[in-house]
Amino acid sequence: MALAWTVAIIILVAMVVYALLGGADFGAGVWDLLASGPRARKQRELVALSIGPVWEANHVWLIVIVVLLFTCFPPAFAVLMTALHVPVALALLGILARASSYVFRNYHVSGDKVQARWSLVFSVASIITPILLGVVVGAVSTGRIRAAPEENFLVLTGYFDSWVHPFPFAVGLFALSLFAFLAAVYMTRETVDPELQDDFRRRALMAQIAVVVFGVVAAIVSRLSEHEPFHQTLLSGTWSWLFFAGACAAAIVSTALLVTRRYRLGRIVAGAEVTAVVVGWGVAQAPFLVAPDVTIENAAAPAVTMRLIVIILGVGALTLLPSLYWLYRVFKREPAFEAMSRERTSGEL
Amino acid sequence: MGGGEGYRTPAERPIWQTMDNVLFARTQMGISLGFHIIFAAIGIAMPLLMVISEALWLKTKDREYLELTKAWAKGTAVLIAIGAASGTVLSFELGLLFPEFMKHAGAIIGMPFGLEGFAFFAEAIFIGIYLFGWNRVPPRWHLASGVVVAFAGALSAVFVITANAWMNAPRGFRFEDGQFSDIDPWFAMTTPYGIHEIIHMLVAAYLATGILVAAIHAFILLRHPESTVHRKAFGMAMAMAIPMAIVQPFVGDIASRQVARYQPLKLAAMEAQYKTEARAPLRIGGVPSHEGRTTSYAIEIPGFLSFLAHGDPDAVVRGLEEWPEEDWPPVVVHYAFQLMVALGVLMFALALWGGVHWILKKRLPPSRVFLVCAVIAGPMGMAAIEFGWIVTEVGRQPWIIYEVMRTRDAVTPMPGLITPLVVTCVVYAFLSVAVIAVLYRQVRIGPGMPPPSTQAEGA
Repeated sequence: MALAWTVAIIILVAMVVYALLGGADFGAGVWDLLASGPRARKQRELVALSIGPVWEANHVWLIVIVVLLFTCFPPAFAVLMTALHVPVALALLGILARASSYVFRNYHVSGDKVQARWSLVFSVASIITPILLGVVVGAVSTGRIRAAPEENFLVLTGYFDSWVHPFPFAVGLFALSLFAFLAAVYMTRETVDPELQDDFRRRALMAQIAVVVFGVVAAIVSRLSEHEPFHQTLLSGTWSWLFFAGACAAAIVSTALLVTRRYRLGRIVAGAEVTAVVVGWGVAQAPFLVAPDVTIENAAAPAVTMRLIVIILGVGALTLLPSLYWLYRVFKREPAFEAMSRERTSGEL
Repeated sequence: MGGGEGYRTPAERPIWQTMDNVLFARTQMGISLGFHIIFAAIGIAMPLLMVISEALWLKTKDREYLELTKAWAKGTAVLIAIGAASGTVLSFELGLLFPEFMKHAGAIIGMPFGLEGFAFFAEAIFIGIYLFGWNRVPPRWHLASGVVVAFAGALSAVFVITANAWMNAPRGFRFEDGQFSDIDPWFAMTTPYGIHEIIHMLVAAYLATGILVAAIHAFILLRHPESTVHRKAFGMAMAMAIPMAIVQPFVGDIASRQVARYQPLKLAAMEAQYKTEARAPLRIGGVPSHEGRTTSYAIEIPGFLSFLAHGDPDAVVRGLEEWPEEDWPPVVVHYAFQLMVALGVLMFALALWGGVHWILKKRLPPSRVFLVCAVIAGPMGMAAIEFGWIVTEVGRQPWIIYEVMRTRDAVTPMPGLITPLVVTCVVYAFLSVAVIAVLYRQVRIGPGMPPPSTQAEGA
C-alpha cells in the first residue's frame, strides 16, 4: 500500500501548492472588496493585473486534486460528493462566478459602472469560495461523515449534519484569512510604489492578526468534534506540535519581516507559514481521507491504476514544471505592475 | 449513525422518487455539458486562428494582422476562462450527481482525466504568457506559447472524449455481481470507439468556431464592405471552416458505421428503425412513435441505411424491436440526429460554394449573397455540435456505462435535485447573456470599426 500513501502525499503536496497559489488569488479578491483610501483604484488594478497571467494555471491545482482523488480513491470521492453535495455545489458556483466576473471586468470595456458591478461579484465570490472549500476540509476532519466500507461505502450521514457545525466554518474563516494574508504579502512584491507597498503591508499585518484569531478559534472548536483521534493528534501529536511550532515561528518571522519592510524574504516566509499549516492538517488527518470510516488504505484504487497515475505524474511533471517556472519567471521575478499598468492604458494588453 | 436518516440504496427508495431524481440529474448534467461544449469547442479552435493571424503578422509585418490577433485574443481570454470554470464544475458534477458511477468508474477511467489535467495545465500556463506576455517574451516565444495553447486545447478534448467513448463502449474490466475487477485502465482508454468520436468532434470544433467567427466578420463586412481587416478575418475563418465542412460528412459516415457496430440499438434509435429488416431504408425526417412502433411521414430511400451502416444495400439492420422496450433511448435521438445531419449538409453546401470559387478564382465569392449566407450559417456549427452530443449521450440512455450500469443506479441519493437544476439553468442562462454582451461590446470597439463617437450618433 506504499503506492496509496505515495498518491496521498502527492495530493497533500498539490493542496499545499493550491493554497499557496490559488489561495492567494482568492485572497486577492478580499483586497479588491476592501480597497480603500486615496489609492483604492490603484489597489484594485494591482489585484487584477497581478493575478491576471497566473490565475488560470493556479486554478488547475484544484483539478489535479479532484482527479487524483476520484481516480486513486474513488470511494472517498463518492462519499465526499454525496455527504458534502451542498457546500461543494455552492463552492462551484463561487468558482464559476469568480472566473467569469474576473474576465468580464477585465475585458468589458464599457465604463466604470459596469466594471464596478463585476468587481463586486468577483470579490464576493473570492471570499465565499475559500470559506466553502475550508468548510469541506473541516467537515472531512470532524468525523461526522459516516460511511459503511463493508457496504460499498454507503453514506450514512444526512446532507447537512456533517458540515453545519462550528468547526468546518472556523476552518473556512481560517483558510480565508490565511489566503488574504498571503495575497497581501505577495502584493508588496508586485509593485515598486512605496505607498502602494505600504497599503498592502498594513493589510498583511491585519490579516496576520485574523490568521491567529481564527487559528485559535478553530483549535478550540475542534474539541467539539466527535472524532477523537483528529483533535487529539491535532492538539497533542508530536508531529502536529512540530508543524504547529513551525507555523508559529514562521508567523513571527513573517510579521517581523513585514514590519521591517523586507518583502522579498517576507513572501517566502509567509509561504512557509501556510505550508506548515496545510501539512500539519494533513499529518493530523492521516491515515483518514474522510474520518473515521474512509482511509487511505480501504479506499485505494487497484494498484495498476495508481501505478499508471504515478508514472503519468512523473512524466507530466518533467514538462510542466519547467513551463510553470517560466511563467513565474516572466511575471513574478520582479515587480511588474507599473509596466503592465502602462501597457493596459496604452491598449497593448 | 445506523442509516435511519439520509442515505438509502436506490433499490430501497420509492420508484417515483428515483425517477424524478434521475431525470433532474440527467438534465442538469446535460445542460452543464451543453453549455461547456460551446466554450470547449471555441477553446480548441480559436487559439489556432489567433496563432495563424500572429504568424502572418510576424511574416508580413502588416499591422492589421496584429490588431486582429489581439482582438481575437481578448475574446478567447473570456471564452477560455468560462470554459475552464464550467469544465471544473463538470468534473465535480460527475461525483455530485452520479457518485455510484464515479465510485466504480474512477479507477478505470480516471487516467484520461489525469492526462486531460496535464493538457489543461499546459493550456492555462501558456494562455497566461500569451495574453500578458506581449512585451515580456520574444515574439517567437510568444507565438510558440500560442501554438502550445492551440495544441493543448485539442489534446484536452482528445482525452475527455476518450472517457466518453469508454462510457459508450466500455472495456478493460470484469463485471460480476455488481463488482468491477481485473481493471486495465490502459485497455479501457484505448477503446476503438474513441477514434471516430475524437475526429468527428475535433473537426466539428474547427468547423463550428470557424463558421461562427466568419459570420461575425461577414456581418460587419455587410455594413462596412471596405474594411480590409474584417476581410482578412473572414478569409482566415472561412479557410478553417471550409475544409472541415467538406470532410465532416465523410467522418460522420465512419462514425455511423462504428455506432452500427458497437451500439446497434443507438443506431436504430437514430434512424427510427423499429423493424429488423434487410434493405433498410434511410429515413429523411419522420415522426417516430415508440407506442405504434412505426415512423410516419418520413421520406424513405430504400436500402440506403443498410448501405450506410454495413456497406451493402441488402444487409440486415437490426431494429428497436430486438431489444426490450425499457432499454430504448428516447425518440428525441432521431430528431437530434436528423437536425445535425441537415445542418451538416447546409454547411457542406456553403463550403462547396466557397471552396470551388476559391480554387477557380483564388478568392472567396465577393458577392453580398455569400456574406449573407455565411451570417446565416454562423450558429449552425454550434447547433450541430449540440445535436450531435444529444445523439451520443441521450442515445446512450438508459445506461451510464453502456450495458453495464444504468443511469438510475448511479444517481446520488440526495433528495431535492430540482433545486440545483433550477440554479444551473438560471446561472447558465445569465452567463450566456453576459458573455454575448461582453463579446458584442468587444467587437463594437474592435479593429476596423468607426470610433465610438460616430457609432453613438448612428445608433
